[in-house]
Amino acid sequence: MIAELGHFSLMIALAVALVLGTLPIIGAARGNSAWMALARPAARVMFVLVLVAAFCLVASFVRDDFSVAYVATNSTRALPLRYKIAAFWGGHEGSMLLWLLILSFWMLAVSLFSRHLPPQMVARILGVMGLIGVGFLLFILLTSSPFERLIPAPDEGRDLNPLLQDLGMVAHPPMLYMGYVGFSVAFAFAIAALLGGNLDATWARWSRPWTTVAWSFLTLGICLGSAWAYYTLGWGGWWFWDPVENASFMPWLAGTALMHSLAVTEKRGGFKVWTVLLAIFAFSLSLLGTFLVRSGVLTSVHAFANDPRRGVFILLFLAVVIGGSLALFAWRAPKVGLGERFELVSRETMLLTNNVLFLSAAGSVLLGTLYPLFLDALGLDKISVGAPYFDAVFVPLMTPALFLMGIGPLARWKQANLPEIGVRLKWAFAVSLITALLLPLALGRWSGLAAFGLWLALWIIASTSVNLWSRLRPLADPGVFARLRSLPRGYLGMLTAHVGVAVFIIGVTLVKTYETEKDVQMDIGDTVAIGPYTFRFDGVTTGNRENYLYARGLFGVSRNGRFAATMTPEKRQFMSQQGQPSTVAAINRGFTRDLYLALGEAVGEKSSAWIVRVYYKPFVEWIWGGCVVMAFGGVLALSDRRYRLATSSRPALEPTLSAAAPA
Amino acid sequence: MLRTLRFLIPLAAFLVLSGFLMKGLWLDPHLVPSPLIDKPAPPFRLTQVAEPDKTIGRDDLLGKVWLLNVWSSWCVACREEHPVLVDFSRTGIVPIYGLDYKDTRVEALKTLDRMGNPYQASLFDPDGRVGIDYGVTGVPETYLIDKSGTIRFKQTGPITPEILHGKILPLIRKLNA
Amino acid sequence: MRNRVLLCALVLLSAPFAGGAREALPVGQDPVIERRMMELSKELRCLVCQNETLADSRADLAGDLRQEIRELMQQGKSDEEVKRYLVARYGDFVLYHPPLKAKTWLLWFGPALLLLGGLTALYAVLLRRRKLLAEEPLTSDQEQRALALLSADEGQS
Repeated sequence: MIAELGHFSLMIALAVALVLGTLPIIGAARGNSAWMALARPAARVMFVLVLVAAFCLVASFVRDDFSVAYVATNSTRALPLRYKIAAFWGGHEGSMLLWLLILSFWMLAVSLFSRHLPPQMVARILGVMGLIGVGFLLFILLTSSPFERLIPAPDEGRDLNPLLQDLGMVAHPPMLYMGYVGFSVAFAFAIAALLGGNLDATWARWSRPWTTVAWSFLTLGICLGSAWAYYTLGWGGWWFWDPVENASFMPWLAGTALMHSLAVTEKRGGFKVWTVLLAIFAFSLSLLGTFLVRSGVLTSVHAFANDPRRGVFILLFLAVVIGGSLALFAWRAPKVGLGERFELVSRETMLLTNNVLFLSAAGSVLLGTLYPLFLDALGLDKISVGAPYFDAVFVPLMTPALFLMGIGPLARWKQANLPEIGVRLKWAFAVSLITALLLPLALGRWSGLAAFGLWLALWIIASTSVNLWSRLRPLADPGVFARLRSLPRGYLGMLTAHVGVAVFIIGVTLVKTYETEKDVQMDIGDTVAIGPYTFRFDGVTTGNRENYLYARGLFGVSRNGRFAATMTPEKRQFMSQQGQPSTVAAINRGFTRDLYLALGEAVGEKSSAWIVRVYYKPFVEWIWGGCVVMAFGGVLALSDRRYRLATSSRPALEPTLSAAAPA
Repeated sequence: MLRTLRFLIPLAAFLVLSGFLMKGLWLDPHLVPSPLIDKPAPPFRLTQVAEPDKTIGRDDLLGKVWLLNVWSSWCVACREEHPVLVDFSRTGIVPIYGLDYKDTRVEALKTLDRMGNPYQASLFDPDGRVGIDYGVTGVPETYLIDKSGTIRFKQTGPITPEILHGKILPLIRKLNA
Repeated sequence: MRNRVLLCALVLLSAPFAGGAREALPVGQDPVIERRMMELSKELRCLVCQNETLADSRADLAGDLRQEIRELMQQGKSDEEVKRYLVARYGDFVLYHPPLKAKTWLLWFGPALLLLGGLTALYAVLLRRRKLLAEEPLTSDQEQRALALLSADEGQS
């Protein structure tokens, strides 16, 4: 009954989406205000309908309704409640419904926060998002409904994939989708602007907060995925350049470029055409990522069940959305005029160089991910492209961007004075270089790569500090905090995000250079030492919890002779699964280092010894800490005063005759 | 005109990409092609499963076209394939030799007893060394080797009647001609 | 006070060694070869669990191949020779670091081409833009407004 209700709700949502995707857009073209006014209510109704469907699915899980095929495949009676709810997005069909739910949520958000937009814009934006919704609804209803019945209903389900029975896995998909799908808003803005022919700086100002918030979510989503892989996969890795990781990383790279390009377009009215194209790219990469994960075209950790029929559907959908938007672009873009002029050396140029670098990086990731497919499709042998390639290619591309991060914010709009910037930054350059050269020695072993990474990070921090200081100093308010509060949040957000990048780089550099690992066989009472830490094996206990058996190792950790921690890594055998048990590593987290312990296998029945892997990972938490700071910077920028003012349309920027001050 | 054409570049690039993705939907990214096709079969000398004191080497099999079928008593997919091989062995078109991969003699003989024995002889490869030389990644896999000892065809996965009649038999006919 | 601290330290230090415990045994006979093998295995692909490196994979074949690599290294083979050995049996598929061949030129040179292409295009567009904007004369509307502004300015100063 409930499943049928959910299914029915989706069918009505399809009807609403069809209306939303057609009438308001036609209305905007014809000036029909009644049709345009349909957009907001239609979007809200659609959200409610999809939410109802989502509730129905969750209810089926909670009630252990195994007559619903999707519940039977992804749950058991013994599954803890929180995972029954999260199982909603544990499989292909449910994750598609999650995509749709989050899309409707963004549509709701746009319908609520768009009072200042002209009605044609709102109509077009929501209309475009409605059309995307139509595509997903058709896909779900025709090929991937989570409400299919299984008759006769089994008594017990097949359980949720053990890898997914974990808090990290619960948070990662929704956060990721909020980002991925959030780029549809920037996309819809771009299409609306192309349709309406009003591509100007105001459009950029409206788009910017939506892009920034989606980007922040995506940053957190990728960060969560990495942190989850770190403790779940058992060998302390946190990024594998796996095709599905790349599928989420490419939109992030394009989204970062888009944010910076929007800054140029908003402030100076320039490069509108390019920014629109970027908005289309970013969302296209999101859709492409969705396709790659589900179509069976690539091998990956994440791959959902593969079905060429589904693959064809998504590919056709991709062709319509991406092909259609690029065709619209080709038709409308040539008519758009140029913006302001600016010199070859200016902040505009540096931001655009950022774009070239980030897009080359995104393009390289795409190239590496799809190259095996290209060769195979041409019948030219099967190769593998993995971490060695991506590491070799990505770092050199990003290095100039990181260097520019120090200079760009100090450059003036329209015309920058490089020698002046050089003078202002010479101390930052020297201090960061010298510190970077000396730090590795303090950490135990000199390494050129470590020094290089540290220099880039310290350079960013130092130049950001110079920038901030020069803005704080002339202010009249007493006290640092009062002065900070008076600075525009957009500016502070940018500085914070850049510092987040520096923190991230420190984490990556130090952990890659200085991490140590030992693979040992330990009997009860044996010890192993890494750095100042000694690990003592105190045996393994076994038992069972809700839906799995476990073997739990007990380790005492001491540092320089004093007790530091107890660590309990586990192996879990889920009762519904045969095959390899899952590893749950014990991680002792710290600001400056993680201690990481994973159980391998028991040596044998006659022995109490186990194979154990011990890792010492310095500064690894800075990787995720950096991502969180980046995302926080985005949110900070969003809270800027100019987005909170509920003014109705502001006039488009007029060309000013004076040189613009640094923003 | 040229200026307008520039704007079509993204669309053109996307269409090319879609072409590849479409083709990709029908390819299997898991399938590892063998680098040994049209190369000499790696040499081996192994004892037989049924007769541990007798050995067979690659060079003993020169001069005829033959099939090397990699199998094991613990292999589930082999059970699909086994009847097909048993039937085929009765036709006597080519001799089939088994490579008993990472198995025990006891279990292997039990399996052959239970399901029939299509092999002239089964070679015993308990630690999978010969398997590695042949690039075996799983069971079952089958190699077609010609009179000069060159590998001409590899089947990864079970042999179905379609593959037998569609690919293997025509090739055997050509090699025997 | 100091004596007490020392005493505590001694007791704690001796605790791990109570009960005849020893330093844990490393897995694998020769630690140098073991490290070399693991480093190399990180660049190789497991053929069974194809999204894992040979170093990380728990599949049977992965264990067999790691053992094979150990033995080859003990025989004195270099990393290159080990890679050639595996590629001869499994093809380029087993390498996560794609070899530079005609087939992979586009892969390896692509990123540099993208960057150079992008920078060149940016430069060209910027130059063209500057020329176009410099050539754009004021429209008569804009000219009138400019004159009005200028005369208002003069009137005030």
